[in-house]
Amino acid sequence: MIEIFGISSQALFGQLLIGLINGAFYAMLSLGLAVIFGMLNIINFCHGALYMIGAFVAWMLLNWLGIGYWWALLISPIITGALGVVIERLFLQRLRDLDHLYGLLLTFGLALILEGVFRQNFGASGLPYRIPPELTGGTNLGFMFLPNYRAWVIVLSLFVCLGTWFAIEYTRLGSYLRAATENPALVQAFGVNVSRMITLTYGFGVALAAIAGVLAAPIYQVSPLMGSNIIIVVFAVVVIGGMGSILGSIVTGFGLGIAEGLTKVFYPEASSTVIFVIMAIVLLIRPSGLFGKGA
Amino acid sequence: MHKAQAPMLSVRNLEAWYGESHILHGVGIDVREGEVVTLLGRNGAGKTTTIKSIMGMVNKRSGSVSYEGQEIISWPSNKIARAGIAICPEERGIFSSLNVQENLLLPPQVRAGGLSVDEIYTLFPNLKERMYSQGTKLSGGEQQMLAIARILRTGARLLLLDEPTEGLAPVIIQQIAVTIKRLKEAGFTILLVEQNFRFAATVADRFYVMESGRVIDEIENTNLESNLTKLNEYLGV
Repeated sequence: MIEIFGISSQALFGQLLIGLINGAFYAMLSLGLAVIFGMLNIINFCHGALYMIGAFVAWMLLNWLGIGYWWALLISPIITGALGVVIERLFLQRLRDLDHLYGLLLTFGLALILEGVFRQNFGASGLPYRIPPELTGGTNLGFMFLPNYRAWVIVLSLFVCLGTWFAIEYTRLGSYLRAATENPALVQAFGVNVSRMITLTYGFGVALAAIAGVLAAPIYQVSPLMGSNIIIVVFAVVVIGGMGSILGSIVTGFGLGIAEGLTKVFYPEASSTVIFVIMAIVLLIRPSGLFGKGA
Repeated sequence: MHKAQAPMLSVRNLEAWYGESHILHGVGIDVREGEVVTLLGRNGAGKTTTIKSIMGMVNKRSGSVSYEGQEIISWPSNKIARAGIAICPEERGIFSSLNVQENLLLPPQVRAGGLSVDEIYTLFPNLKERMYSQGTKLSGGEQQMLAIARILRTGARLLLLDEPTEGLAPVIIQQIAVTIKRLKEAGFTILLVEQNFRFAATVADRFYVMESGRVIDEIENTNLESNLTKLNEYLGV
């Protein structure tokens, strides 16, 4: 067996893969946070809860209605995104002219309520969700065994992230978004319904969280707490990447997943803190984040 | 009154507030189709607020703004834009996250009859050369050109230009004067805010003088000479 620095290549690649998988979720979640923060100026603290709801909708579709994974991948983001639209219209819209601390507090409260409701109804232990039959098994790459479902998560997540990035940077709709992030009043005065755009942006950010939730369902258990477990790390990712930076959140998401995986191989004791150490260092050197603009 | 003779834009008893401060106290102006009308006045007289209120960009406003016979005082700014009014704001509002071309193409078309992109690049050849530069990397004059250029292709017929000469070199100011004359020839109606009276005198048909949120005088360009002393007094130059 090949060894690198006294570590078997199997262990190394295995941890790298886990790192990439975690990174895929960090990237999708921090991307949604970045899109929402850019447009609404709100730190969406209920993002983790909405990710959890995305997973639960997939579970309910399967267990209550017999609708399988592939349809869930489409339906859950739509349902959860619609919930996001309702949240924006009912609550967040009223906070638009206030300090963004209010948005943070409101979404934090919402997260507690949503998680509480699901914990009350489904318990805290977690429910299993089967890998779809098309994606069971794995492929032997020679140097490691790659489970098909995990490969699928990485590919789809990259596709979703890069697609979102492309849409924002290179399409007409994206130019509206970027412009409205800078100066919403002027974009509105050019004839764009910015208010509706803000609502839909929030819905889209939430839908991204729901896609991540469905993807996560077969890997982690579907549990009311799955969101709060991951969201703290995701916020660290957002801070490291730079608040509101689209490409920053994608690159940092994957990068930190890998960094975490490698730490597990070389110095396992630090694996759960490495991201926060990186965050502290980045904040000292570049307070606006790796990809953030200005201070 | 025959409809063709009615002013394109008619503002009556316009009042506006920023938060608690009452800025406009019953402004009344008329702009007829094809005219270039200038609002003159010192800093803080309410010129910019008047333009922004017409565009619907001041939240708290009352009175009457009628455009092509429709009362638009209570409309949101996006609906006013769709009726055919476009603004070039004082701070120019060039978006730094968009390149020159994206800035130019940003305002959606609201009606047929705007200039084509080719016509715009003929009018502003500098912009074509810098199509892919970041919008805010342009010089001040070029940014001003871009801010005017992008509202020409939307089909808007009434252009609100807020101090297009502010902070620019005399040679650029001349270019802007030429541009405004061309736009007038092309049939655009223009409401201009200016502190630069000498520039305004070269392009405007009529002037309104504002002070403390009110219109205090109206002067035709043809009577300019006989009113110069009075104007200098108003403007404190």
